[in-house]
Amino acid sequence: MSKRRLTTFLPVAIFVVLVGFLAYRLELINQGNMPNMIPSVMINRPVPTFALPSLIQGRPDVVSKELIGHVTLIDVFASWCVPCRIEHPYLADIKKAGIFLVGINYKDQPEQAKAWLTKLGNPYDEIASDYDGRVGIDFGVYGVPESYLIDKQGVIRFKQTGPLTPEDIDHTLLPLARELNK
Amino acid sequence: MIPEIGHFALILALFVALTQAVFPLIGAARGNQAWMDLSRPASAAQFLLVAIAFGALTWCYITSDFSVLNVVQNSHTNKPMLYKIAGVWGNHEGSMLLWIFILALYGVTVSIFGSNLPPALRARTLAVQAMIAFGFILFVLLTSNPFLRLDPAPTNGEGLNPLLQDPGLAFHPPFLYLGYVGFSMAFSFAIAALIEGRVDAAWARWVRPWTLAAWCFLTFGIAMGSWWAYYTLGWGGWWYWDPVENASFMPWLAGTALLHSSLVVERRDTLKSWTILLTIIAFSFSLLGTFLVRSGALTSVHSFASDPARGVFILALLVAVTGGSLTLFTLRAHTLKGGGLFAPVSREGSLMINNILLSAAAGTVLLGTLYPLFMDVLNLGKVSVGPPFFNAVFIPLMVPVAALMSVGPVLSWKRANLWTALRGLKFAGLAALVVVILTWVIATGPSALWTGAGLGLATWLLVGTLTTFVTRLIPTRISLLEFFHRSLAIPRSFYGMTLAHAGLAIVIVGIVGSTSWKTEKIQVMHFGDTINVAGYELTLKGVEEGVRGPNYIASRATFIATKNGHFVATLNPEKRMYEMPPRPTTNAAIHTNFIGDLYAVIGDPDEKGGYVTRLYYNPLVPWIFIGAAIMAFGGFVSLTDRRYLIGIPKRNKETLLSKSEQG
Repeated sequence: MSKRRLTTFLPVAIFVVLVGFLAYRLELINQGNMPNMIPSVMINRPVPTFALPSLIQGRPDVVSKELIGHVTLIDVFASWCVPCRIEHPYLADIKKAGIFLVGINYKDQPEQAKAWLTKLGNPYDEIASDYDGRVGIDFGVYGVPESYLIDKQGVIRFKQTGPLTPEDIDHTLLPLARELNK
Repeated sequence: MIPEIGHFALILALFVALTQAVFPLIGAARGNQAWMDLSRPASAAQFLLVAIAFGALTWCYITSDFSVLNVVQNSHTNKPMLYKIAGVWGNHEGSMLLWIFILALYGVTVSIFGSNLPPALRARTLAVQAMIAFGFILFVLLTSNPFLRLDPAPTNGEGLNPLLQDPGLAFHPPFLYLGYVGFSMAFSFAIAALIEGRVDAAWARWVRPWTLAAWCFLTFGIAMGSWWAYYTLGWGGWWYWDPVENASFMPWLAGTALLHSSLVVERRDTLKSWTILLTIIAFSFSLLGTFLVRSGALTSVHSFASDPARGVFILALLVAVTGGSLTLFTLRAHTLKGGGLFAPVSREGSLMINNILLSAAAGTVLLGTLYPLFMDVLNLGKVSVGPPFFNAVFIPLMVPVAALMSVGPVLSWKRANLWTALRGLKFAGLAALVVVILTWVIATGPSALWTGAGLGLATWLLVGTLTTFVTRLIPTRISLLEFFHRSLAIPRSFYGMTLAHAGLAIVIVGIVGSTSWKTEKIQVMHFGDTINVAGYELTLKGVEEGVRGPNYIASRATFIATKNGHFVATLNPEKRMYEMPPRPTTNAAIHTNFIGDLYAVIGDPDEKGGYVTRLYYNPLVPWIFIGAAIMAFGGFVSLTDRRYLIGIPKRNKETLLSKSEQG
C-alpha cells in the first residue's frame, strides 16, 4: 500500500520540479535575460584592436582607434547571410540617431558584398572587409548578423546575435546609446 | 459602446463561473438537488455571456473600430474580410477570448447532452469546468483585456502579420483550441470522479465522446498547421519540431494514449488510476503549451508577443490546475480499485504497451522542448534541440506502436493466443515483405534500407487493419442482404478505429516517401532556362513585377512544367510585400497529383537578370495531410457510435464477473 502511495506521489514531485524551472526562467526574463540572448564575454571589455582594409576601394583602412570619441555600432554582416537582409532596412534608423555605423563584412567576397550594398543601399559610415574572418574571431562572432554597441571610450556595452528588429532598436539600442552619449 | 458591452459581459461571465464553480459542488456534497441543478442554467448563462464578449470583439474587427487598441494593433481597413475576422484570434488577447469561448461551449454542450449523467457527477464536472473558466476569464480581464480603448483613435490600424493572412492559418487556431480545450472536459470528468472516488465502465463511456471530439479536432488542427508551414514558409518541409509545434503535439500524444487506456476502463474496469492520471496530463500539456507559447520562456519561430507578467499568471493557473489535480490524485488514487486481471498477451496488454510507448514519446518531446530551458536555468549554457534529437528518439518509440497496431485489435480480451492472431495477419505480413523487397530492389541510395523498412511497416499496418476489418465484416461467404445487415450491425467505433489506423498508415507512407525521395534544386535561373526536377522540366517563362493584391504588391513568376514534352501545369510562385505591416512573404506554388508535389519558390533577382529559384519535388507529401484527415474523420465516425447516444449504458457482463472473482 505504501509503495503504491509513493508511486502516486511521483507525478506531483515531477510537477513541482518542473514548475520550479519554469518559475525561475520567468524570473530570469524579468531580470532581462531573454532566452534568445547569448551572453558575451566581451561585454564591458575594450574593442579588440584591428586594422582592416576598407571594402570601398581608395578609402583608408578601418582601424579600431577610429572608434574612440563617439558612440559606435559595429554590425557584422555578409551578403550570404539571409537574416542580414531582415535588419538591413533598419540600419538607416541607427545612423539617423547619430550613431557612428561601422560594418564588418565577414567572410565574404568583396565583389558580392559590394553588389549586395548597391542593390539594398549602403547605410554604413565605414565598411571593413574581414575576408578571412580573423577579426571576427577576436570579437567572438558567433552567428551573422551580430551587432556591438561601443561607447566613447571604445568599450563594448551591448551585443546582439541575430538581426536587429525595430523593437530592439527603439527599446534597447537607442536608449542605451543616448545614455552613453551623455 | 459595443466593446464596453463585451467587456461587461465578460465580467458577468466571471461571476457566473464563480457561482457555477461553488454551489453545485457544495450541493453535490450535501445531496442538495436544487444546488446541483444550478450548474445547468449557469453553464448556459456563462456560454451566452462569453459569446456576447466574443461577438463584441468580432464586431469591432468587422467594422474596423480603431478606437479599440487590439483592433488597431492587428487589423487594417484594406484587409480582406476573412482576415479581419481571423484577426480576432490572430493575437494574444483575442485568442485567449476564443479559448474561453470554446471552454464555455464545451461546458454548455455537456449540460445539454448530459441529461443521462448522474446529477452529482454532472454537477461536479460542470463545477470543475467553471473553475477553469474562472481562472482564464480572470487572466484575460487582468492581464490581456482585448477591449481596451485608444484615445484619440488612429485613422487606420497596423495590420496583421502577413504570415497569418492565409486561409490555412485563419482556421487553424479554432481547430487547435477545440482540441486543447476539449481535453478540459475529460479533465473535469476525471476530477469529478476523483472527488466521488468512483471510476467505472459507465464513467469511461461518458467521458469518451469528449476525449474523442478533442482528439479529432486536435488531429485536424495539427495537420492544418503543418500544411500551412509546408506551403507558406517555402522551405519544402512540413514539420520542424519547433516548440510551438511540440506544444500541440504533446497533448495529442497524451490524448491518443488516453483514448486507448479509457477503452480498457470501459471494457475491463481496470487501469483506472492510470487513465485518470493521463486525463490530467493531457489537459496539463495543453496548459503547458499555452504557457510556453505566451510567456516568452522559449524561443520559437511563431510565438505571440511575450510578456512575463502573463507568464506568471499562466504559471499560477498551471500550478492551481495541474498541481491541485495531481495532489487530489495522490490523495484519492488508492480508492480506485482495479478490476479485471489480464494476461500479458491480450487486448489489454497490447493497449498497455501502446500507452507506455505513447507516454514515453510524449515525455521525450517534453524533454527535448524544455531541455534548452533547463540548461539555461542551470546556467549550463544556451543550447537548442533540433530535429536530429527528436528523430533519433521519437521514431524508435513510434515504430513498435505502429507495428503493434495491426496486432492489438485482433487479440482477444483477458487472454489471447499470439500465434492465432499472427496467423490471421499472414496476408499483411506477406504484403509488407513484398513491399520491403521491392523497395530494396528499386530504390537506390544510402537510405534505401530505411525507406524499405518504413514502407514495409506502413503496409503491415494498412493491410493488417483492412484484413481485420474485412474478416469482421465478411467472416464467411454471405449473401448481399446479410452483408448489409452485418455492415449496419458492426459498431461505428469499429469503422472509426479502422479509418484512424489506416489513416496513420497513409501518414507513415507520406513521411517515409517525402524524407527519402525528396528532390531539391536551388539555382539562379534566367528567363527561358529549364531545370529538370525528378523527371519534370520546369521552365522559367518570366517574372511579372508589381502585381497588386488587396493589400500587397507581388513579384509573380511563371514556370511551365512539362513531362516528356507534355504540358503538366503552370506554376506561379510569388514574393509578396505587404503594405501593413510592410513585410515580405514567400508564397510557394504547388502542383499536386496526390502522389507528389511540384513545389516552386521564387527568390531574389541578381543584377544580371537572373532569379534565385528553389524547386522541389516532394513525393507523397499530400499523403501526410490526407492520412491525418482520414484519422480525424475516423474519430468523428467513432463519435456517432450508438453506445454514446443511448441513455443508460449497458453494464458489461464481464465486469460484473471479474468483480465477483476478486471478491
